[in-house]
Amino acid sequence: MSEEVLVEEKTELEERFPEISRDDRKGYEGFIVPTEKLVEFASVLRDEFGYDFLSSVTGVDYLPEDRMEVVYHAYQTTGGPGLFYKVQVDRDDPVVPSLTPVFPGANLQEREAWDLMGIRFEDHPNLKRVLLWEGFEGHPLRKDWREPFYEGDGKPFKSRWPGGEVIRAEDSNPFNKNVDYPGGFDPEQWTPANETAVYAGVGRLDHAVSETALSNDQIIVNLGPQHPSTHGVFRMVVRLEGETVVALEPVMGYLHRNHEKIGERNTYLMNIPFTDRLDYFNSMSNNFGYVLAVEKLMGVKPPERAEYIRVMMAELTRIVNHLTAIGFLLNDLGAFFTPLLYAFKERELILDIFEAVSGSRMMCNYYRFAGVARDLPEGVFEQVKNLVLHRLSGQVDDLDTFLTDNEIVRARTMGIGVLTAEEAIAHSAVGPVLRASGVPYDVRRADPYGIYDRFEFDVAVRYHGDIYDRYLIRLDEIRQSIRILEQVIQDIPDGPIQEGKPQYQVRVPAGEAYGRVEGPKGELGFYVVSNGKPNPWRYHVRAPSFINLSALDVMCKNYKIADVVSILGSIDIVLGETDR
Amino acid sequence: MADMYGKGLLKGLGVTIKHFMDTYLEDIRWLSRGKHRYYTAEGIDSRKSFDTSGIFTVQYPEERLPVPEEFRFIPFLIYEVNEDGETQDRCTSCGICAKVCPPQCIWIERTSDPDTGRPVPEPEEFYIDIDICMNCGLCAEFCPFDAIKMDHDYEISVYNRLEKNIFNKERLSRPVSYYASIRPTNYAREEAARAEAEAAKAAKKAAREKRSKSGK
Ligand code: SF4
Ligand code: SF4
Repeated sequence: MSEEVLVEEKTELEERFPEISRDDRKGYEGFIVPTEKLVEFASVLRDEFGYDFLSSVTGVDYLPEDRMEVVYHAYQTTGGPGLFYKVQVDRDDPVVPSLTPVFPGANLQEREAWDLMGIRFEDHPNLKRVLLWEGFEGHPLRKDWREPFYEGDGKPFKSRWPGGEVIRAEDSNPFNKNVDYPGGFDPEQWTPANETAVYAGVGRLDHAVSETALSNDQIIVNLGPQHPSTHGVFRMVVRLEGETVVALEPVMGYLHRNHEKIGERNTYLMNIPFTDRLDYFNSMSNNFGYVLAVEKLMGVKPPERAEYIRVMMAELTRIVNHLTAIGFLLNDLGAFFTPLLYAFKERELILDIFEAVSGSRMMCNYYRFAGVARDLPEGVFEQVKNLVLHRLSGQVDDLDTFLTDNEIVRARTMGIGVLTAEEAIAHSAVGPVLRASGVPYDVRRADPYGIYDRFEFDVAVRYHGDIYDRYLIRLDEIRQSIRILEQVIQDIPDGPIQEGKPQYQVRVPAGEAYGRVEGPKGELGFYVVSNGKPNPWRYHVRAPSFINLSALDVMCKNYKIADVVSILGSIDIVLGETDR
Repeated sequence: MADMYGKGLLKGLGVTIKHFMDTYLEDIRWLSRGKHRYYTAEGIDSRKSFDTSGIFTVQYPEERLPVPEEFRFIPFLIYEVNEDGETQDRCTSCGICAKVCPPQCIWIERTSDPDTGRPVPEPEEFYIDIDICMNCGLCAEFCPFDAIKMDHDYEISVYNRLEKNIFNKERLSRPVSYYASIRPTNYAREEAARAEAEAAKAAKKAAREKRSKSGK
């Protein structure tokens, strides 16, 4: 039934836009839209067909075909499968109209595609680099871009096997350990030229730069990059009128390591431990999203028991994440470390489980294609059971009693940092941020993956869209996760945990796949393009921590500078994922 | 009255006091039973369990949390020791670990026979740059000969990483008995599988011999 509707819808869409064509490459899906029709197409899709949520914008470099492609993944906030559309442009001069007028949430993603791929987005309000610095040479995700000490396009590298020889990176560096400044360079005198571009983003008034007398009350304040409450090396440039925020721009990339380029050099298997390092609080759900995408390409599924173990680990991770998110939020509010350490206490017990199962507390590297790395070792199931049935609910209630009615917490969070439902959707906000604004959108329910369609749970939703609701919704979600875990404990079957023999060199047929999970921080997507080789051709992470920042400006505007830190805390970002 | 200002604050402070008291109550309970909650294995175990209450910090380095069997840190190489005390590396220098290692931190030099120049299935040298190793455990997972496994020793800081942190074969090698001691379940499972495989091979060989005999 649903499929029929889908086909019909597509024809309707095609009738409406005779210029578009179906993407009929093998292993691909969706539509190819001519660039000049893109903006119209996206807005009609949003307004008439209900695809109001632009999940991800991804650039792909098809070097052999001499073409650049931008892939858009659109979904309906009412649920259901997605609709993918693409534009193809010439590789030498890739220009694509910007979708920011239709979906402001495309802002940071388009900047990322410009930064790393060199695709120019016309009419983008603020098109400049986002993860790298202004002045960086080239666009590193282009297939013909090579880094210093380049070894090869794909691992395994020849230098290691056969005939291994140890060469340290610092030994291949011509400057070795030399950290002298070049002659004539005085760091004290140096002002980075790119700062102008950063300040332009918040609309710095030119005359404010040179004039000694203040001609208006507005000043620019840099919060970060080394700020104790920015949750990592993250910077916010804020323009203030008195104490009130007029404009804010997030500046990031200090932890950038081009995870995606590394991922395209890696074999499919090698990427699993690398995904651990994205959002290092939630390595289990990062693994989950990535293996889902690759499993889609491979056309395999894990056995029953593995499915249950996956859900078990993913939900435990969610509890860990939400506990720490609440703890850090309270830190940001000035309740220094007592709530955080109470949250960490429970986290420790859950990490004990991760350690026993996967071998590591945080870098779990536990999911495998069509399975998980190993079965639960002896005693672990009991551990999970005791924790879930006899401890966690009580501890969550404790936290609830501890904080929810606290007058100071309420005064500092209620009605602050409000994001309306419309704004949240338009800015592609996901996860607790979206749901606290009154949009009950949860990938586990809207577009179930794994075996989530079997569990009974409520999609938590709150309606004020302020910090307080973003705090409450995390408590709600912990309770729902405990509910899911109870069902997992009851239903988990015996059996194998891996389909087929584990292989270190998996065969992945050519094609594209988008795997997404409801990570604790929101929708975490992995877009993988395979060309049949051992390394992915394109590997893109739709990072919730990154894209949720598109809405930071809206959330902070017209509130006080003192609230900015707690608003940031309520989004719950991890810089490992934001900067990738 | 229900909305008395400060009630929520007081309620919260109640939770803090409860946490504070719980720790001492727990300590007193242990004392009254004549047991020690700190610096004993039993005490650490109880502080790790789900029904622990109060603060359960472990005072490292005076106390250490026992690591679970699957815990992984840096890989090590296993060698067998026979009755005469001779050692034999399990590693055949097949190179799979070097190929599967995500940060590519394993380098292997193969041995070749000095007379014939043909490769011998044994590594001449085996290096792991443990500064780069990301402790992922994939090498141990995919080694077909169970020759490389993940160690439990996590206290390996040195003052000079440039000299000390490229581990060679000598530094990496551990006897199989060490492996059996840190990972007993895994060891037993692998040994059982090996015995089974050998028995199957022997049975096959016996059957073949029998067949060829009866054929004659
Ligand atoms: S350790 Fe194992 S995988 Fe690595 S070369 Fe030796 S036998 Fe092969
Ligand atoms: S643990 Fe991982 S990173 Fe370390 S040597 Fe083994 S495969 Fe390489």
